[in-house]
Amino acid sequence: MSSPKLVQGYEVVIGFETHAQLSTQSKIFSRAPTAFGAEPNTQACAVDLALPGTLPVMNLGAVERAIEFGLAVNAHVAERSVFARKNYFYPDLPKGYQISQFEIPVVQGGEVSFFLGDDKKTVRLVRAHLEEDAGKSLHEDFIGQSGIDLNRAGTPLLEIVTEPDMRSSEEAVAYAKELHKIVMWIGICDGNMQEGSFRCDANVSVRKPGQPLGTRREIKNLNSFKFMQQAIDYEVRWQIEQLEDGHAIQQATVLFDPDTGETRAMRTKEDAADYRYFPDPDLPPLAIDRAWVERVKGEMAELPRVMAERFVRDYALPEYDATTLTQSKAMAAYFEATAQACAQPKLASNWIMGEVSRRLNSGEISIDALPVSSAQLAALIRRIADNTISNNAAKQVFDALWNGEGADVDALIDAKGLKQMNDSGALEAIIDEVLANNADNVAQFKAGKEKAFNALVGQAMKASKGKANPQQVTDLLKLKLSA
Amino acid sequence: MTSSALHDQSVAQLVHTLRSKQASAVEVAQHFLARCQADSSGTFLALDEEATLTQARASDARLAAGSASSLEGVPLAHKDVFVTRDFPTTAGSKMLEGYRSPFDATVVSRLAGQGMVSLGKLNCDEFAMGSSNENSAYASVKNPWDSSRIPGGSSGGSAAAVAARLTPAATGTDTGGSIRQPASFCGVTGIKPTYGRASRYGMIAYASSLDQAGPMARSAEDCALLLSAMCGSDVDRDSTSLDVATENFSAQLTNPLQGLRVGVPKEFFGAGLASDVHRVVDAALMQLQAQGAKLVPISLPLTELSIPVYYIIAPAEASSNLSRFDGVKFGHRAKDYTDLVDMYKKTRAEGFGDEVKRRIMIGTYVLSHGYYDAYYLQAQKIRRMIADDFQRVFAECDVIAGPVAPTVAWKLGEKADDPLANYLADIFTLPASLAGLPGMSLPAGFGEGGMPVGLQLIGNYLQESKLLNVAHQYQLNTDFHLQKPQAA
Repeated sequence: MSSPKLVQGYEVVIGFETHAQLSTQSKIFSRAPTAFGAEPNTQACAVDLALPGTLPVMNLGAVERAIEFGLAVNAHVAERSVFARKNYFYPDLPKGYQISQFEIPVVQGGEVSFFLGDDKKTVRLVRAHLEEDAGKSLHEDFIGQSGIDLNRAGTPLLEIVTEPDMRSSEEAVAYAKELHKIVMWIGICDGNMQEGSFRCDANVSVRKPGQPLGTRREIKNLNSFKFMQQAIDYEVRWQIEQLEDGHAIQQATVLFDPDTGETRAMRTKEDAADYRYFPDPDLPPLAIDRAWVERVKGEMAELPRVMAERFVRDYALPEYDATTLTQSKAMAAYFEATAQACAQPKLASNWIMGEVSRRLNSGEISIDALPVSSAQLAALIRRIADNTISNNAAKQVFDALWNGEGADVDALIDAKGLKQMNDSGALEAIIDEVLANNADNVAQFKAGKEKAFNALVGQAMKASKGKANPQQVTDLLKLKLSA
Repeated sequence: MTSSALHDQSVAQLVHTLRSKQASAVEVAQHFLARCQADSSGTFLALDEEATLTQARASDARLAAGSASSLEGVPLAHKDVFVTRDFPTTAGSKMLEGYRSPFDATVVSRLAGQGMVSLGKLNCDEFAMGSSNENSAYASVKNPWDSSRIPGGSSGGSAAAVAARLTPAATGTDTGGSIRQPASFCGVTGIKPTYGRASRYGMIAYASSLDQAGPMARSAEDCALLLSAMCGSDVDRDSTSLDVATENFSAQLTNPLQGLRVGVPKEFFGAGLASDVHRVVDAALMQLQAQGAKLVPISLPLTELSIPVYYIIAPAEASSNLSRFDGVKFGHRAKDYTDLVDMYKKTRAEGFGDEVKRRIMIGTYVLSHGYYDAYYLQAQKIRRMIADDFQRVFAECDVIAGPVAPTVAWKLGEKADDPLANYLADIFTLPASLAGLPGMSLPAGFGEGGMPVGLQLIGNYLQESKLLNVAHQYQLNTDFHLQKPQAA
């Protein structure tokens, strides 16, 4: 591991707790639907309302998704895990306790790897456990009263907890993006951060290198990658300021306010409730036998990290390329189709990570709606590989494809007259003419001025109207000048 | 068949009366309703003549159409911890005064599914916490054998109603003895099946890992009929429901007792056992021996520990189960409060009675950080040891027999201010509850003050048929279960 980046001489330490809402049709312990956006209190049944006499029954679809996650991050899927009650009073918590997992979670260990620039980072997971969401308290809509919407109560969540392995806000955001990618890739979560389907809590502390871990503060409910970075950066600066001013950090839970760009404490450790966890007597331990895990494994699509390994092996791609191309299923599929059609995987990778990604990142279009098909891109790459067009000319063709000027690569090349001059006799004639007309440059070059050579290449390209192969021009020029 | 008064007929007899059209379901219901309405012992918490008669008319229609179910038209009443659509459900608490459930408990709907007609809801200790029924927020039920005495609890209303012939049968729930002890005190027959046999869905939870529903009636034969209807897998609604097929618990009633090994635990006959109860239980054991059973001395050395273990685990679960009664969604809410926390405090202070508050506090304490290992975890370990002890002795015997409670029913108010004395009286019923084993109580004679004394039978898991068989054979040779209080 490379030595950590320091901020004003402090090392930043970050751990994450992420709540991923699982994509089941019904709730984790009842049959009420989980659909978002319905009228308040219309998606809650007797069990969600905690009416007297109701009991929880495990939704096996939620368990299956937890198993899929465990497999995706190379974790241990526990043969036996235990549901526990977390007891506290709040109006949007109908039972007066949340059913969660405490001592024995369903997913144990695991890791998430990603690239931060050129560095490969690995964040270790402590655990992932199943639990139910609470309802929503609406404090603003009612004067002097609070409204309660229990539609969300009982929605299945997977809480994913990391070790404090991250050392910068950039790394934390990269981790969160990677995790987001994984849960969406395997289809256990819709990843919708605005609707709260993927919420992150960041535990942040700072320390001087070599010192024990500092006291952490937990930033709650970060629901965008942008705010995540802002919040952590602010929190790090704030903690360092406090320490530099001689104040100790108090363990606390804080909220980030996007309007002010600041974090502020909600509660300190002294207010921390005693949740009186104990095994839920209404639910027997969750038993997952090997056969179940194997069946889930058999039904799962290829995982991103497995696919990346395959790209390295089968297409001889660098690990960085393979990881980048497996950011989403659609991107990976686009690459594979292109690479197979043109038989130039590295070129395909370069184009997708370059021209295609640049346009995708500008945000105007999604990978599912690319105007250039993999077949078109492959045709274009074939024409680069067989020296029909130069790389620069290919960019013009790509633009034309993107803008819908045409659909056929060869037709566009012809129409734009971009075909490279591969007739060495014609090129030789052009070069001879350039040498004859630019005696000054020839003299300068012979006197040792390298720049004069570039001027000659430029003249030759210009004379060929850009159709000459630059490498061929360079080679011929060198040959003739050294003669 | 003699046409005895309808209220003196057993469930089995009433089935025949209705089938043979000697009385209609409406007539039977009206007969019992009149008795219930005349009762002044605090037995019922809710009666609704129209609701009952509507059910009875439906039974009559099915009887007329020839589509009658096995217990068609026979009345019963439910302990008020079973939620019902047709009657309010309070669990004996102010907290749920006037509460109406939008659904029926599984046990309630299963019995209705066999054609039974509900007379109403029976009084009980608040949230089933107590052994005297004095913890009901509404009334202390009086024992039909002596109105100055308690009926036992927590299913005190159920036992008293059956004893007083207000209903031929009732449902009860048993967490630490709440079916067996009042059955013993009121001279009726009651059985708590194996944990998981009867669905807990719709049974207001006291201690989830212990709560179990069961029938109370006058005889083992009647209990077998009711238990067959009540039990059945309900895994889609209750995760602790056992996935076993329904069983006809009447099938083995007639087996002879020849060769039956009856285990007699010496710990059940110690100094704490009152001499009158001791005498009655001894006589009952002699009777079983006379019928061919073999008495086997056994030991359950952890019997005494069942009291502290139970009074840690049950309150721990209760403290959490009762958190939903917070004034937010249903039930009582304090009128005046300053903020959310004040609302919680006042609502719960007003809504819960002393014993419920006591158990919530004990439970909260034993689950608290720093105490959990010493109390809750330790109690769970001993609970497993108690269960293991039973498995050891069931290698030597087929059923276990002994007293249900150390004494006969005590006087109203006698132990009202002494919770510990109440807790200690549960000593013989707690071990089977903690182990999840089936247990029953059947009338075995009379002790001090002419009060009924029950014999407890405990069986191994899923051995309800064996218990009912032993009880029925005993009842074929004795008439204690046929005795009725003068008031009835």
